[in-house]
Amino acid sequence: MKRITLTALALALLAGTAIAKPITMSLQVRKGDLRSSPSFLGKIVGSTAYGDRFTVEETRGAWSRVTAKEGALTGWLHSSALTKKKVKLKAGEQDADVAASSGELALAGKGFNSEVEAQFKEQNAAADFAAVDIIEAIRVTTREIEKFLKAGSVVPKGGAE
Amino acid sequence: MKRAILSLTITTALAALLAGCETLDVITQVSTSVGVATGKISTQEADAINRTASAAGKAFEQITPEQEYYIGRAVTATILTDNKTANLKNATHYLNVLGQALAMHSDKPETFGGYHFAIMDTDEINAFAAPGGLILVSRGLLRCCRTEDAVAAVLAHEIGHVQLLHGLRAIRKSRLTSALTILAAESAKNLGGEQLTELTTAFEGSISDITGTLVNSGYSRTLESEADAAAITIMQRTGYNPSALKDMLKQMQARMPADDKGFGKTHPSPTDRIADITPLLPQAETGAVVKARQKRFEKAMKGV
Repeated sequence: MKRITLTALALALLAGTAIAKPITMSLQVRKGDLRSSPSFLGKIVGSTAYGDRFTVEETRGAWSRVTAKEGALTGWLHSSALTKKKVKLKAGEQDADVAASSGELALAGKGFNSEVEAQFKEQNAAADFAAVDIIEAIRVTTREIEKFLKAGSVVPKGGAE
Repeated sequence: MKRAILSLTITTALAALLAGCETLDVITQVSTSVGVATGKISTQEADAINRTASAAGKAFEQITPEQEYYIGRAVTATILTDNKTANLKNATHYLNVLGQALAMHSDKPETFGGYHFAIMDTDEINAFAAPGGLILVSRGLLRCCRTEDAVAAVLAHEIGHVQLLHGLRAIRKSRLTSALTILAAESAKNLGGEQLTELTTAFEGSISDITGTLVNSGYSRTLESEADAAAITIMQRTGYNPSALKDMLKQMQARMPADDKGFGKTHPSPTDRIADITPLLPQAETGAVVKARQKRFEKAMKGV
C-alpha cells in the first residue's frame, strides 16, 4: 500500500514539474543588451540579436532575468524587447501558414521590409531617406546618459529602472 | 489568380470599413467561399486568407517591431521631403541624450531601431513622432522651452505617442488586412514582382495614412491627452519636474500665431491641454531651477 502511495506521489510530483514549464521568449528588437541588474543603467554583460531565444528565470516589474545559450549567458532584459512569439529568421512555407493563423510566430524580414522600402523609394524619390539614415546614426552611450543625469542633478525615481 | 485574390482583399477591406471589424471574419469567409466556388482561388488559399483576416482583426498585434521600424523610417523620410533638418550638431546631440534618458523611463524603452531625435529647420511650432521612435522637433517649438525640463516635456510627449502606438492606429485596417493577406497567400516564398508591388501599395497607403494624420488632421484630443499623461509619468520617473509641461504650453500659447499651420492646426489648444493635465500635476510647485542644468540647456540651445 505504502509503495502505491509513494508511486502516486512521485507521479504527481513529475506531473507538477511538467506543468511548470519554463517560459521561453524571443528578442523582438534588432539588438538587446543584457544588463547585470534590472535597469538600463546596469552594466552590459552580454549582447543578443533579433530572434534569439531565452528562458525566463525571474521577473521584477517590467524586467526579466533571462538565460541563453544553455545557461552560458545570463542577464536582465526589459519586457518591451521580448515577445512570446517565436521569431523565425529564415521562414519556410509552413511557417508562414502558422504565423498567419496562430499568431505564435513572427517572420523576420517579411511584410514591410527593406525590399518594400526600396520599392517605396523608387516611387517616392523626394522622400529623404538619406536624412533618416543620418538621424539613425546618432549614438548615445549608457555611460553618457548616466553622466548627463548626474551632472544635471536629475535623479531617476523608478519606472523602467 | 493574384488579381482575384487582390480584388477579394479589397472587397473584404471595404466591407470591413463599412461594417466594422467584428464582422470581418464573416464577410471574409463569404467572399472566399464565392472565390472557391467560382474557381478563382483554391481551398487552401481561401483557408489562409480566412485565418489571416481573423488575425487582422487584431491588426496592431500583427505589426512586428521590425515592420513598425520600416513604417517609421518612411513616415520620417516623407515628412523630411518638405521639412529639412537643422544643422545644429550640439543641440541635436543634447536632444538625443535627453530624449534617450526619457525613453528608457517610458513603458516602451526598447524599439527595433531605438529612439532618435532631430531638429526641423523651421520657425513653425511643430513636432512629429514616427512609429518606432524617430522624433522630429522644430526650432519654433524648442523656442517655447525656457528650461531643460520644458524640453523634456516636449520630448516625453512625443515618446508618449510612440509608446501608445498612436501612429500605427492611424493606419486604416484595410491596408493591414491587405498586407497580411498577401503574405499568407504567398506563403514565405520570396515575393514575386506583382506581390511586392501589392505590398508596396499597402505600405504606401499606411505611410500616407500616418503622415496625413501627423501633418494635416492631427490626433484626437483624447489621444493628445493620453500622450500628455504619459509625458508626465515619464518625466516623474526620470526625475524632471512635470509642471514644466504646463510652462511650455503657456509659452506656446503666447508665441503661437492665430493662423498657425503646425501645432495650431493639429493639436488641441494649449489652454485645453493645460486644463486636461492640471489634475495630473502635483499641487505644490516642485523643483527649483538647478543651475548646472539651466547652464547646459542655454549652451545647447544657442543658435536654435
